[in-house]
Amino acid sequence: MATAKKPPEKYPLDNSERLDLYRKMAQCRVLQQRAYDLFMQNLVKGTTHLGQGQEAIAAAFGQAMKEDDYTFCTYRGHNHNHMRGVTMTEVLGELMGRDIGLLRGKGGSMHLTKVENGAMGSYAIIGAHLPIAAGAAWSAQYRGTEQVAVCFFGDGTTNIGTFHEALNFAKIWNLPVVYVCENNAYMEYTPIGDVTAVPNPAADRASAYGLEPILVDGNDADVMYQTAMTAIEKARNGGGPTLIEALTYRHHGHSRADPAKYRPEEEVKEWMKRDPVVNYRAKLLTIAGIKEADLKSIDDDVEAMVNEATEAAKNSPPPPDEIAFTDVWADGGAQWRN
Amino acid sequence: MAKLSYREAVAAAMAQEMRRDDRVIFLGEDVAKAGGVFKATVGLYDEFGPLRVRDTPISEQAILGAAMGAAMTGLRPIAEIMFSDFFAVCWDTVVNEIAKARYMTNGQVETPLVIRSGNGGGARFGAQHSQSIENWAMAVPGLKVVAPSNAADVKGLLAASIRDPDPVLFFEQKSMYGTKCEVPDGEYVIPLGVANVAVEGTDVTIVALAAMVPKAIKAAEILKAEHGLSCEVIDLRCLVPLDTQSIIKSVIKTGRLVTVEENPRLCGWGAEIASIAAEELFWNLDAPITRITTPHIPLASVDVLEDLMIPSVDRIVKTVSEMD
Repeated sequence: MATAKKPPEKYPLDNSERLDLYRKMAQCRVLQQRAYDLFMQNLVKGTTHLGQGQEAIAAAFGQAMKEDDYTFCTYRGHNHNHMRGVTMTEVLGELMGRDIGLLRGKGGSMHLTKVENGAMGSYAIIGAHLPIAAGAAWSAQYRGTEQVAVCFFGDGTTNIGTFHEALNFAKIWNLPVVYVCENNAYMEYTPIGDVTAVPNPAADRASAYGLEPILVDGNDADVMYQTAMTAIEKARNGGGPTLIEALTYRHHGHSRADPAKYRPEEEVKEWMKRDPVVNYRAKLLTIAGIKEADLKSIDDDVEAMVNEATEAAKNSPPPPDEIAFTDVWADGGAQWRN
Repeated sequence: MAKLSYREAVAAAMAQEMRRDDRVIFLGEDVAKAGGVFKATVGLYDEFGPLRVRDTPISEQAILGAAMGAAMTGLRPIAEIMFSDFFAVCWDTVVNEIAKARYMTNGQVETPLVIRSGNGGGARFGAQHSQSIENWAMAVPGLKVVAPSNAADVKGLLAASIRDPDPVLFFEQKSMYGTKCEVPDGEYVIPLGVANVAVEGTDVTIVALAAMVPKAIKAAEILKAEHGLSCEVIDLRCLVPLDTQSIIKSVIKTGRLVTVEENPRLCGWGAEIASIAAEELFWNLDAPITRITTPHIPLASVDVLEDLMIPSVDRIVKTVSEMD
């Protein structure tokens, strides 16, 4: 069984970069919290899969990636999209089914995508995007662009076939892709350990694909940043794929319908002590040159951002009827016959 | 003009498009060094090299996922699924990902790719390597569906499919790989969604696809000689986009409509055409619309049983000659 290791600090952050990393996590946290509040007010249509507790992973990768790199994520992808420049208004607007939404309501909470930012989609069929990320990496390799594809997924994904097909593919073609398993301990409602042959669902399978087993604390933003940079640089320099298992925890249930009563109280308490946002904030206060006022100013900014986004989304009308019939085909329409 | 086989036309079309556009790349099982299990891609690896023509593991989901990822980042991949029956192991990638991506993302994601696949029966391979699944594909919004009936159409339609900005499922009929016809030299492209009137006639319209087209043509010859019936045979070429105007024009002339389908009966493509004809041509019809299909059963392996199931020239002749 692999154990969580701290990577060497090969990519030191200065104070302004650390504050930026904190800002990113704080943005994710308030955005997710606001999404939760809005659906409690019955303003969010459909379902929502929130990522409170898992912010360090998306934020650290957001910091480590270059502008033209590719992100592929799951239906629990609000954080990852936001970290690639999808605005809070676009996210909340989409969740609320408004015209201002990122996809004008045609995708919804589970399919956030912004191609111009390299946010190449949120995929709601477990595992489907792992081979697609490999394809984007193949394309980058073929075109010689030095772009890297980063693909996020949950622990449950490690038990579906595409996980295994994609890792084998990525390895044999030496593709510039980074696979990031966010092990939040639960496959929807079931503890991942109850349904998996090995204790660490991703790391323990890495060697089967000729990859190094990497198990890290996904709630430590600095650890995640070092891990992300190492994997991304390796991919960019022709070193091939990496599989990372980041240990983390969902603060909420699987989706809006799930109160997560199946989790032992002690376990929840223990993980709440390891809140990535709270802990990183506390850590920064111990670093020379960073003051409470710096962090407070970020907290205030972020709160203002989410309030502004909420208002913009609430004030937007629903999309017009006619867009129901657009963009089935490249010509913009939906005609299948003459 | 040169006489090419159906399989040689596949390689000819791909080579034609790969020469003019270096975004076109190709992947699949045994497609590169071996030239494909049906030998339809012989020569491509030698001409275009290992970066553009790639052998893959037996991983259909990865093949199609990789094709989609490449397509959405600026390339024009061609993927091969060896037997169309295998679409059942990667149908999620086709239906939920490739076909829906553009719509779900409000037009942002583009998936210009072609999936070629050996389709249909007649090769005595049994029920898991012989299905005609073009009707599955037709049922999915966002997929274009092409199924050529001769080598010349293979070249022209495959070239058009590769150039098309939408995802295309390109069904090659396995039993036809060895059939030959004159194929235009040089660059040759047939637009998608334009049916071909293979035989002109005035009494009955027979709409057919892929391997059913030569059978319909043969049947038309017999019906003319032995029954004095003038049949118009329409080779649909594509199920999506569907050239309904060619069908409508023909049925207005003949007053009778027969479809010849290799897919199993229930919800076969002919049912959609019959529905269109019933709604839009009711007052032009002089007889009930008739569908000739494979029955709603899996295909048997042995020749005598397989031949009993797939529509034959005799069945077409008998059915049409007995129409009111």
